[in-house]
Parts: sequence; structure tokens; C-alpha cells
Amino acid sequence: MALKTFIEAIRETLADEMRRDPSVIVLGEDVGKKGGVFLATDGLWAEFGDDRVIDTPLTESLIVGASIGAAVNGLRPVAEIQFADFIFPAFNQILSEASRMRYRSNNGFGVPMTIRAPYGGGVHGALYHSQSVEAFFTHIPGLKVVIPSTPYDARGLLRSAIRDDDPVLFFEHKKMYRSVRGDVPETDYVVPLGRAAITRPGSQITVVAYGLMAHYALEAADVVGEEGISVEVVDLRTLRPIDKEMVLGSVRKTGKCLVVYEDNRFGGYGAEVAAIVAEEAFDYLDGPVTRIAGPDVPGVPYNHVLEDWFMVNPEKIADGIRKLAAY
Amino acid sequence: MAVTRTGTSDLAASVGLTDADLVAMYRTVALARAVDERMWILNRAGRIPFVISGQGHEGAQVGMAWPLERKKDWIAPFYRSIATCLAFGMTAQDILMAQYAKAADPSSGGRQMPGHYGNAENNLLSLSSPVATQMLHAVGIALAAKIRKTGQVAMTSMGEGSSNQGDVHEGLNFAAIHKLPFILVIENNGYAISVPAARQIATPNVADRAAGYGIPGVVVDGSDVLACYAASKAAVERARRGDGPTLLEAKVIRLTAHSSDDQQTKYRPEQELAELRGHDALPRFRDQLRDAGVLTEELEAVLAAEIKAEVEAATDHAEAEPDPDPSTAMRWVFAESWPSETPPPWGVGGGHGMTGQGGPEDGSAAEGATD
Repeated sequence: MALKTFIEAIRETLADEMRRDPSVIVLGEDVGKKGGVFLATDGLWAEFGDDRVIDTPLTESLIVGASIGAAVNGLRPVAEIQFADFIFPAFNQILSEASRMRYRSNNGFGVPMTIRAPYGGGVHGALYHSQSVEAFFTHIPGLKVVIPSTPYDARGLLRSAIRDDDPVLFFEHKKMYRSVRGDVPETDYVVPLGRAAITRPGSQITVVAYGLMAHYALEAADVVGEEGISVEVVDLRTLRPIDKEMVLGSVRKTGKCLVVYEDNRFGGYGAEVAAIVAEEAFDYLDGPVTRIAGPDVPGVPYNHVLEDWFMVNPEKIADGIRKLAAY
Repeated sequence: MAVTRTGTSDLAASVGLTDADLVAMYRTVALARAVDERMWILNRAGRIPFVISGQGHEGAQVGMAWPLERKKDWIAPFYRSIATCLAFGMTAQDILMAQYAKAADPSSGGRQMPGHYGNAENNLLSLSSPVATQMLHAVGIALAAKIRKTGQVAMTSMGEGSSNQGDVHEGLNFAAIHKLPFILVIENNGYAISVPAARQIATPNVADRAAGYGIPGVVVDGSDVLACYAASKAAVERARRGDGPTLLEAKVIRLTAHSSDDQQTKYRPEQELAELRGHDALPRFRDQLRDAGVLTEELEAVLAAEIKAEVEAATDHAEAEPDPDPSTAMRWVFAESWPSETPPPWGVGGGHGMTGQGGPEDGSAAEGATD
């Protein structure tokens, strides 16, 4: 077992998968000699060469669209979108093409492709380097959406994503790249897609979170734990398909549910979680399903005071827990 | 085929083919037209709800597709590609099955509108309705061919209207940078639904844009089947040599309205419509083959009878086939067998979202099934 940063886990997994399977290629902007703007692909070009580590022009639609074609013709592309904020030129290729290919061809064609994209705020990235964009994509049947929170999960889930026969969107919170460390075994383990994890057991309130918010939820749970509130934290890990059984099982036990997400509140992914809990665990609820989420402004503002105002943090989550606990 | 030609006329020799090749090409053009005309009859008779047509494009399509190797090379077609699909291995029955959207429709199992042909067995990629998206898929197929050193060539086709989409620029640029074995065929019929070419493109030809990517751009008369064949053959050879992509533009005609939901007399002058037949590849190719002695009256009669019987049989078969079963409508959102080490989260043996399988999203699946 070795202690790794979040980005080390991703980089080493990419290298491992490329060594294991010659059909795995990496493509995106600056992924080659530079190794990516966050260095997620550092060293891959030197080891695997021009054919398997491809610097693309600034063409997000092509990065995804050509990956679809390459996947149809025998490769397993891992496409990098430099920032999740820049994924939208590829939205049509992801929505209309990759996600629908198997269904529309009645299983004639599949698209074994992984798209990696750094997302999230708290890094002085302002409106266009901070967004959480998962809600646009979790709406789409035919697309798997993954957001890991630990180096262990990042490695196991990225392996699963690359080996999966359908398109997987793999979001990585950029604030976690170097700030989060964890034990990562050297073994060839996988973390299955579609399985959540209880990262802290508790009895009074379920907090459902993912990505950076899964860490903040644990911090908040520590704080309120000292005040006598017992919090169970569910880290979703895969947003779609969602592990409903784990979420509902926890809520049926605790009777209260707080959903945390960094994205704008209205219509966010957590709204779907709240709806599922409200519909399917209503008889067990001792309080309203509530949400702690980003405010409904068009982006994360740049100035540090404004950014702090926007960002969900452990204090805001702890406040939400206290209010729900008192209900 | 009941009648086969042997030998090589001067015409066939001029393009490096045999008389049998020319007859097979002619037969494909004529079959595509017959299938297409049948589609309109079925639509007007209320048998099928929608038609999108390739009439006027068939000669160019057959000429362009012919130099490719079936089941090795790839084509990402578009919604007028009936003749392309027939030339690349699909049958009249396959096309009719898509019109009727039957369960055994090889393109989509009745899920897509007619015109969205695709067939894995023949390396014809499934297409969607947003235009020009297939551009990037064909470029990606060519990229994989280059990386895997398969010797394959990838071709895609689209109208001049679609050529204005950004994906075309992104794809040509990338294919040119990496000298990919890729061919873009623009079938320029002069209209994007109702908008004439002069309101779509500032230059006389879409192929003029090739210079901006440093690749050859070739304009051919789409009513000249053998000119299309020769242009495509040169592009295929260039691609196989590793010299990179080619942009081919065939000037074709649109003999029908955009679709069965369009009334083209509202925007096309009557005189223009009257003149179209003079630029139709089908009679032109027939006359050319007659003049060369490749087509005889006897052979033409046999071909006509064969095609008629084939279209009749395809129609009868498609009409009699069962519709898709709604209980299958949740299938193939994802793969149902997982060859990777990743076990399916809903347990081995159950497909994603299949009702009653107890999957993580089983509730939503059940909703979908009862909507």
C-alpha cells in the first residue's frame, strides 16, 4: 500500500491501462509532451509515443467525436477535456451520438470510451474554470457518470470506466488533485461502476455527497459529531447509474436526508437524489429532504470573497445538518 | 444475377473495370431508384409514415462507394445514402425493413426514423439526425485504422448544407494534420431543405475549402457515375498510400422534395424542376452503357424484371414482419454483458434498466415501461 495524491492515482492508472491493453489511447489538448495542464497524463507520451498519446487541436467536438469513431473501430479512447467548463462544444457528440449509439442501433454498435474532465471550484478559476457540469450529463440515459473522491476510488473507478463497453464521463475535482492523498494498493483491483460507499456510519442523519463535497461532508460530520449529532455519509462515487439501494437503505435507517452538491442548486443532480428519497423512502422520513448547494448565479465569481460566498464548505454543511437534526 | 456479362468494353477498360462491374453498378443505381420510388408509393398509400429520399444522388453514391472494399473499409452514411448502403452490402429488404421500422430492421430495430441506416456487419455506421456529426466518427475510424495499421479507409458523405457545420471543419483539419485515410464526399444537390446553395456557401464549390486544409478538393459531375468512380478510386488509393484525406464534391440533383413532409414547389421554380430529369444519372448511365454495348435490350429486360421482383419481395417481407415488442424498449441502453472485470452493479444476468431485474434504477425503468 502506498500513499498517493489523487492525480497520481489517475496518472498511474492511465499508464497501467495503456500497458495492459494496447487499444487504450489518450487524446486531448496538451496531453502529450506537456502531460496535460494538470499533469494527469505526464510521462505517457514519453512511454507510449505519438500514436497513443495525441495532442489535438482546440476542438472539443472532435476530441469526443473522433473518440467515438475510434471506439467503433477497435480502440478504447480516453479523451481529456481540459476543463469541464469547455465540454459544451462536445455536448452534441456526447448526447446525440455516444450516449445513443447502442440504443439507436439496437446493439449494433457500442462506444467504449472514457471522457475525463476536471471540474469544480475553490481554485480561483472564476466562471469558466470552476463549473460543476454533471447535471447536464446525468440526465442522459446511455451515459455513465462517475465522480470519485479518493485516490483509491479514482484508480478503481477509472479502471472500470476504461474497461467498460459504454461511454463513461469521469469528472475529477481539480481542487483535490494535489490536496487529497490516500492509500492505493498496487494490485489490479477495480471499483465497480454504480456502487456508492458509506464513508462514515451514523444513525441520525444521512448526508449524500460526491467529489470534493464528500470530503466536506465528512469534515462537517466530525464537527456536529462533537455536538452529539450522529451523521452517516454516503459517497455516491457513480452518479449514473445511481446506487439507489445504498442511499435508500441509509435514509430508512436514519430517517433524515441532506443532499450536498457544489453545482447551482436549481435542477442540480442532488434534486434527483432528493426526489428519489422523497418518493421511495417517504414513510421513513422524520424531516424534509433538504439540499445544501451552490447559489443560483451563472458561475463562480473570481474575487476570493465572492468565491468563498459561492462555495459550499464544511461550515455550511454543518449548519444544514444542525437545522435538519433539530427538525 | 440471371444474366452475367463477360469481357471488357473500351468503356470499362477506360476506368479499369470489367463489363460485369459496370452492369453491377448500373443494377445498384437502378435498384436504389426502384426502392426509393417504392418508399414514396408506400407513404402515399398510408403504409409508412415518412420518407426521406436519395433520388438524383444514386449515381454519385454508387460511383463513390464502389472503390471501397466491403466489410473492410467503413462508410458513415447520411439520410439520403440508400444507394451507398446498397453498394456497400445492405439489401433492398434491409432498406424496406427500415421504412416499416420492424423489429428485425437491421439498422435500428425500428427505433429510428427511416433514412437512419447503419449495419455493423457491413461497416456502415449508424447515423443520427443532427447533421454532420458522422464526420467526426469517420475521422475517428480512420484514426483507429492508422493506429492499428489495418489498411482501412473511412468515407463519410453528407449534403452541402451539412458541410457548413463546425464538425466538418474540425474533422478535415484533424484528418489533414494526421494524414488519415479519410474521404469526405459532399453530395451537393443545391438545396438545404429550402435554402439554395448561394445562400449557404460563398464560393462556387464546397471542395474549394480543401485548399484551406492543404488537401485535394475535387469537383465531379454527380450524374457521371464513372467520373465519380474514378475520383473516388484516386482518393482511396491516396488514402491507402498514407498520403491523407480528400474532399470530393459531386454535383447532384434532388429529384424529390426534401422529405415526405416538405412541399418543394413553394421554393423551387417549376422550370427548374422540369429540367432536373436532364441531369439524372440513371438514364445517363443507361445510355452510356447501351452506347458501349454493355447493356443490351435483353439484359435490360432481365435486370428490370429482377429489380421489380426484388422490390416486391422486400416489400412483402417487410410488411409481414412483426413490429418491435414494447417489452424490449428498455434494452440496449447499455451493454447487457460485461466482458470487463467490472461486474454489472445490478448483478450478473440482469440487463440495465430491464424491468423486474432489481437494478439500481429499476424504479425509473418501470416508469419508462408503463409510460
